[in-house]
Amino acid sequence: MLEINNLHAGVEGKDILKGITLTVKPGEVHAIMGPNGSGKSTLAQVLAGHPVYQVTEGTVRYNGADLLDLEPEERAQAGVFLAFQYPVEIPGVTNAYFLRTAYNELRKARGEEEVDPMDFLDIIEAKLKVVQWGPEIMSRAVNHGFSGGEKKRNEILQMAVLEPRLCILDETDSGLDIDALKIVAAGVNALRSPDRAMIVVTHYQRLLEFIVPDVVHVLVDGKIAKSGGKELALELEARGYEWIAGPMEPVGAGS
Amino acid sequence: MSSSVEALVNREYQHGFVTDIEADSLPPGLSEDVIRHISAKKGEPEWLLEWRLKGYRAWQKMEEPHGWANISYPPIKYDEIVYYSAPRTLKPLGSLDELDPKLKATYDKLGIPLTEQKLLAGVAVDAIFDSVSVGTTYKAHLAEMGIIFCSFSEAVKEHPELVRKYLGSVVPITDNFFASLNAAVFTDGSFVYIPKGVKCPLDLSTYFRINQAGTGQFERTLIIADEGASVSYLEGCTAPRRDENQLHAAVVELVALQDASIKYSTVQNWYAGDENGLGGIFNFVTKRGKCAGARSKISWTQVETGSAITWKYPSVLLQGDDSVGEFYSVAVVNGRQQADTGTKMIHLGKRTRSVIISKGISAGRGNNSYRGLVKVLPKADGARNYTQCDSMLIGNRCGAHTFPYLDVQNRTSAVEHEASTSKIGEDQIFYLKQRGLNTEQAISMVVNGFCKEVFKELPMEFAVEAQKLLGVSLEGSVG
Repeated sequence: MLEINNLHAGVEGKDILKGITLTVKPGEVHAIMGPNGSGKSTLAQVLAGHPVYQVTEGTVRYNGADLLDLEPEERAQAGVFLAFQYPVEIPGVTNAYFLRTAYNELRKARGEEEVDPMDFLDIIEAKLKVVQWGPEIMSRAVNHGFSGGEKKRNEILQMAVLEPRLCILDETDSGLDIDALKIVAAGVNALRSPDRAMIVVTHYQRLLEFIVPDVVHVLVDGKIAKSGGKELALELEARGYEWIAGPMEPVGAGS
Repeated sequence: MSSSVEALVNREYQHGFVTDIEADSLPPGLSEDVIRHISAKKGEPEWLLEWRLKGYRAWQKMEEPHGWANISYPPIKYDEIVYYSAPRTLKPLGSLDELDPKLKATYDKLGIPLTEQKLLAGVAVDAIFDSVSVGTTYKAHLAEMGIIFCSFSEAVKEHPELVRKYLGSVVPITDNFFASLNAAVFTDGSFVYIPKGVKCPLDLSTYFRINQAGTGQFERTLIIADEGASVSYLEGCTAPRRDENQLHAAVVELVALQDASIKYSTVQNWYAGDENGLGGIFNFVTKRGKCAGARSKISWTQVETGSAITWKYPSVLLQGDDSVGEFYSVAVVNGRQQADTGTKMIHLGKRTRSVIISKGISAGRGNNSYRGLVKVLPKADGARNYTQCDSMLIGNRCGAHTFPYLDVQNRTSAVEHEASTSKIGEDQIFYLKQRGLNTEQAISMVVNGFCKEVFKELPMEFAVEAQKLLGVSLEGSVG
């Protein structure tokens, strides 16, 4: 589904990703771990097409197409979804209107009819259960005045509604207490399916207790330093990132 | 991303076409003779001619206001303006079906069908083409309830006593330079009278269209809601795309008697000029309402997206005790547009209340200023005002300014002011694009959210129109 080959990218001449190679198949969940500044979030943003990053080398194929050649909205329409580390607030725009517009844009891109607001209510009803929310959330402005936990839940709700094929979760666990984390993880697990792939970016092993990955990659200084099974995450937990990366700034691993 | 932005920049003003119709126009320039001529052409009574001449003489002694408003423009050449222009084929109409097909086609193209059966349900329209009204719909239906809705010229003939009583009662002849000019040369406009206790069942609407080159448009609108009456009035405007600037200097007067309410909504989309500032309408408008009676209410809602220059301050004189004034505004500038707009709330009566919500959006090299005065006079015990001024910047070559003036002369009153400035962020746009929206839709969504408090004050059909218009106005504003 996704083939990243020797990807180099950075911002304003500063290299951040220095040759990432990674293949993700449908149904797989890959965890990307690594210390602060290793390039985890940059990888997520580059895959989604954030304009601030420039790709200087390498290729990314997504279902056979050149992903880097697509506008961010075209990537979204092709089924790439990024759950943001810092979801953006849109005052004055209701969650319902925002979600319906996005949903319909994706349908239009597939050549399908748009759904009207009444039909969308039926669709949303089932999706709200994924994140254990009632319908009230739909009339609030997008992320505006949401708590940190609510923002992350809203990302998972959007993921449930938009039904992407490739989900990229950027530090979805950051800033969540244990109850919120469980709800978010349960939502993500409910969306696991044989034809959907996930890339879970996280600093801590904690999230991976709830979302169990098939493969774990450790990113250090813009490169994948080590890959392995889910046990690699536990080992990192016990031994810290220095074990792979060598002496470095304390990063609070395992806390 | 840049290619799609470029395509949007180059998209044209949609109402910029010209109707090829023979016009009966006066030669350019202004003199007492021109005014006598306009008055004679319209068959006006002597008192109205005298009123016009008074306006003209006052205007001659005044100077064009420069300095205080945050706008700059070359001197207007008043000698080169045509002060009267009417489509030649226009005869007194038995019904709208006899309207010149070219005029009818013009309004169809603008989305304002003048055939009653095709009209938006619940909206009656008066259409003003250059200097004259070309037709008013649903007139007979409204007349059954005693409601008068007609062109100003017709009101002068049919209801002279009402016109004479209220004309200039809110915006006096000598009010300001542009109001005096309007008093001298105003050609047409709409007139509305809602009798005692009547709630007008339809939204009344005037659609203004400038067509002829070199003309100015000087319409005058007068709306009177008698005791206990209420009305919602909508105003829309467009003009062809031309390289020269055209002057629009209108006056609107509203009078609300005891327990009456008037809601006045404007969507202003005059041609704004091109991205280098060539052409566009100079929009110098005086709008004022008087809450003359107790518990009366006047509410202004404006969405200003067009014009090269917008200079207007829809205001309310809160004379009656417990009367209410409201001002909801969205002003958008893009390209080289300049807007200096806001309101004046003058609290005279006891327990009078006013609300001001202003949303300014600046893009391109546009310059947007909010200017507002809240004045509480000594007798206005317990007066209240709440003002909220928000500015949004798109890009980094535009400007946003806020000039709030407070003059409070009563210790029992309370005045609140809140202001904010935000910048539409690359992150907001990226977030929405990541969910499948294109750049244009993303900007439109963020901006519409920003304007929501104002849009919810607009009548339904108008709100939809305003949202679309906002999208069009901001095309190409991020690059």
